[in-house]
Amino acid sequence: MSEAVKIKLSKKDLESDQDVRWCPGCGDYAILATVQRTLAQLGIKRENTVFISGIGCSSRFPYYMNTYGFHTIHGRAPAIASGLKVTRPDLDVWVITGDGDGLSIGGNHMIHALRRNMDLKIILFNNQIYGLTKGQYSPTSALGTRAPSTPTGSIDHPLNPISLALGAGATFVARAADTDAKLMGKILEQAYSHKGAVFIEMLQNCPVFNDGVWEAVKDDPANRQLILADGKPLLFAGGTKGIKLGAGLAPEIVDVKDGDTSQLLVHSERGSVVYANVLAQLTHPNFPVPMGILYRHDKPTYEQLAISQVQEAIEKQGPGDLNKLLYSGMVWEVGADGTRH
Amino acid sequence: METKNLDRVVIRFAGDSGDGMQLTGTEFAKAAAEAGNDISTFPDFPAEIRAPAGSLFGVSGFQLHFSSSEIYTPGDAPDVLVVMNPAALKTNLKDLVDGGTLIINTGAFIEANLKKAGYQSNPLEDGSLDKYKVHAVDISQLTTSALEGSELSTKEKGRSKNFFALGLVFWMYGREPDGEIRRIYQQFAKKPGFGEANVKVFKAGYHYGETAEVFQTVYKVPAATFTPGMYRNITGNEAIAMGLVVGAELAGKKLFYAGYPITPASTILHSLAKFKNFGAMTFQAEDEIAAIGAALGAAYGGSIAVTASSGPGIALKGEAIGLGVMTELPLVILNIQRGGPSTGLPTKTEQSDLSQALYGRNGEAPIPVLAAKSPGDTFYCAIEAVKIATRYMVPVMLLSDGYLANGSEPWALPNLAALPRFDVMHRTDPTGYFVYQRDERTLSRAWVIPGTPGLEHRIGGIEKDALTGNISYAPENHEKQTRVRAEKIERVAQDIGELDLAGADSGDVLIVGWGGTYGALRQAQQALATQGKKVSHAHLRWLSPLEPGLAKIIHKFKRVLVAELNMGQLRSIIRDKFLVDAAGLNKVQGQPFKVREVVAAVDKQVESVKSNVSGPQMQVVS
Repeated sequence: MSEAVKIKLSKKDLESDQDVRWCPGCGDYAILATVQRTLAQLGIKRENTVFISGIGCSSRFPYYMNTYGFHTIHGRAPAIASGLKVTRPDLDVWVITGDGDGLSIGGNHMIHALRRNMDLKIILFNNQIYGLTKGQYSPTSALGTRAPSTPTGSIDHPLNPISLALGAGATFVARAADTDAKLMGKILEQAYSHKGAVFIEMLQNCPVFNDGVWEAVKDDPANRQLILADGKPLLFAGGTKGIKLGAGLAPEIVDVKDGDTSQLLVHSERGSVVYANVLAQLTHPNFPVPMGILYRHDKPTYEQLAISQVQEAIEKQGPGDLNKLLYSGMVWEVGADGTRH
Repeated sequence: METKNLDRVVIRFAGDSGDGMQLTGTEFAKAAAEAGNDISTFPDFPAEIRAPAGSLFGVSGFQLHFSSSEIYTPGDAPDVLVVMNPAALKTNLKDLVDGGTLIINTGAFIEANLKKAGYQSNPLEDGSLDKYKVHAVDISQLTTSALEGSELSTKEKGRSKNFFALGLVFWMYGREPDGEIRRIYQQFAKKPGFGEANVKVFKAGYHYGETAEVFQTVYKVPAATFTPGMYRNITGNEAIAMGLVVGAELAGKKLFYAGYPITPASTILHSLAKFKNFGAMTFQAEDEIAAIGAALGAAYGGSIAVTASSGPGIALKGEAIGLGVMTELPLVILNIQRGGPSTGLPTKTEQSDLSQALYGRNGEAPIPVLAAKSPGDTFYCAIEAVKIATRYMVPVMLLSDGYLANGSEPWALPNLAALPRFDVMHRTDPTGYFVYQRDERTLSRAWVIPGTPGLEHRIGGIEKDALTGNISYAPENHEKQTRVRAEKIERVAQDIGELDLAGADSGDVLIVGWGGTYGALRQAQQALATQGKKVSHAHLRWLSPLEPGLAKIIHKFKRVLVAELNMGQLRSIIRDKFLVDAAGLNKVQGQPFKVREVVAAVDKQVESVKSNVSGPQMQVVS
């Protein structure tokens, strides 16, 4: 909600009185801090802000926010958040989930919340592992991931969260790394002002069960990340390399000579879904990983449409009259003599 | 032409699932109600939408009981059976009373159909129907003739034949045709060609009765006497939808209803989707879990939140109900029961989800459970469920069933102004607030909703500290919270009305029942009491907590017979709670009890008292 007068808040105002119980070194700490700092800077109303989560390490998040919070059941946060948002459009509803919670057990709710364009800000912490249950491979784990449940390597292909979000119809799709507070802050700010289904993939490190899974991407941002800037060509490696579209719409890495970017794709946040899907296919290690806002698009939200249907009904039929409702259809009177009149 | 007065008639229409028997039955029921009869209906149809024509499993039936005195059930056995094809005859004839009237559409008795129904010879010709009053009428041909010159296709003309049957029975029972003609025009206002055709065929059926001279008698069932007031016909699912709207209004709150399509609950969603001008919002979720999830989210936000399903869907909702128990949020869950397990009998009735309602969750997760006894009663139960859910901050399950959901009865319209309000308040005062601080009387926590400044807090499915609501794994705290959650449900008994008891509060046999079997059990009790037998009937509305009134009387009977459409789920509870040697009358055929089945079972118990031997433990209906 954009407020005429911003409330002055500090990060501390958004910290609850609960001890944070994540493992030392967990990427969640950095995300929590950036969310608290950014929302404080945005001057949110704490009472109008709700964090809803499912089950998993990331889903403990609401306990640490000094806002309203609801820690629900495994995978169902988008459904619970949808019921809240559609009945209380005045609230800012954030959903915190993980790769197991949001893409495995809760995959169905995720796609439907996104396709409805519910005005929910969904942040998915992707660490490619089940942490809370001690290290099983997850739907985003790379093929061949060795975990307690896959001692000889996982044999299912990983899911691409960004492709899923785009395919489901999310209207704001972004990605950031847990340690990149600056980019994350920018994305959160934009996400906050977006009306519609937001999907942010956070590349998050689990130091206990999947340490360093994003290390290659995070430690070499110049070569392994593609920082997206609206209206700017897709450049990386200090501007020496770029992405162009080759035959069969296949993205290709090309060297940039003499600053000539004419053949490169130019980033447009409000570009086509086709373009956004091309970005989604840029994955490590073949390509630098796109970071920032990949796609955004404005369209009516579910709760707006639901509320306008109710308003229309009231305008057309008049406010509900319970007596009229009960006395609809075939109604008759039985007189004092006990027979029908 | 002779006119004969009858006190009551049971008529059943049966045909292919595409023959329009449900419509015929519904329309005839309206006419009976319009003429002032008491009525009770029982639609009985297959799960297939359009089963292959002529097949035995595709037969759809609609039974109507209309009477000049008060009735409770759609009747044990039809006096009149209208069949549109051989399959309908084959599957329904066994129910017709000896000497009953059979109206047969001979036009459908062609070799192919006879074969599909498994007839070796044509029953119209082989004498097998001799003990019935048979009226063989070529309805198919007469319908086609009536529509000669019409622009409708042959197939479309064929679809009108149910109106011929309707016209014919209108004449047989001396019903005024004008109202029906108006209704047909209204119903087909958007397809005037069909309206015109159906009226023509309806009139043709009516006049056929008058002129064909095959029917020598017109039967009249005089109007019944009712308590003065305004009435309408209502099905259970219509009444439950209205009850929810009224319940939300009495609570001073907005209604939110989330559901996923499932038989026989879907029509509640259909009704409520039309009530948007009451501010009611409906949400067709992606699955059963999302439906209850969305409802819980809406409850968290301060709405009167409702979800509904049938057994299979309720199974999926179990975990979320547990979350509602843990976070102590008000929620109404409707289970319109059907035959189970698994997909079971989707369009048939059963009471086999009682144990699921009471115990179907992980952990110690008791919730209040109540059951409606008649179509109209679902209205009041829905209001009561809303009241208890909000007053005790708890998910409440209301049990109905396919029989109540689709069956209809004349319903005395409530006086809305006389229904007590129970306005819901949300705490806004931050001073001294603790999330799990409890009300002394109800043990409920305060319903604080997001948007309230200074009361920001976190809730969730992990065990809570008994006061602050912060996560707590402390052993004593968990025991305390578990006990208080159970005690809270027991306290609901404070707000439960009197036990519904017919007969004396002591005697030979106490029939105990719950839910949709009310009509058959109550009528059986009346019949037995009239014979001077010391039989009473207690019908439970509340199953959790168990009605307090039952404890006061149950030990004063020599026999307790728990009658239910399952394998004895309530019986186990009664034996457990009261240490009485309760016997069971159980039926799991997807069909309601017949009054005579109950009478016979109770009689055996009465006999056992007389001869001083122990009564039969488990009685089944063959």
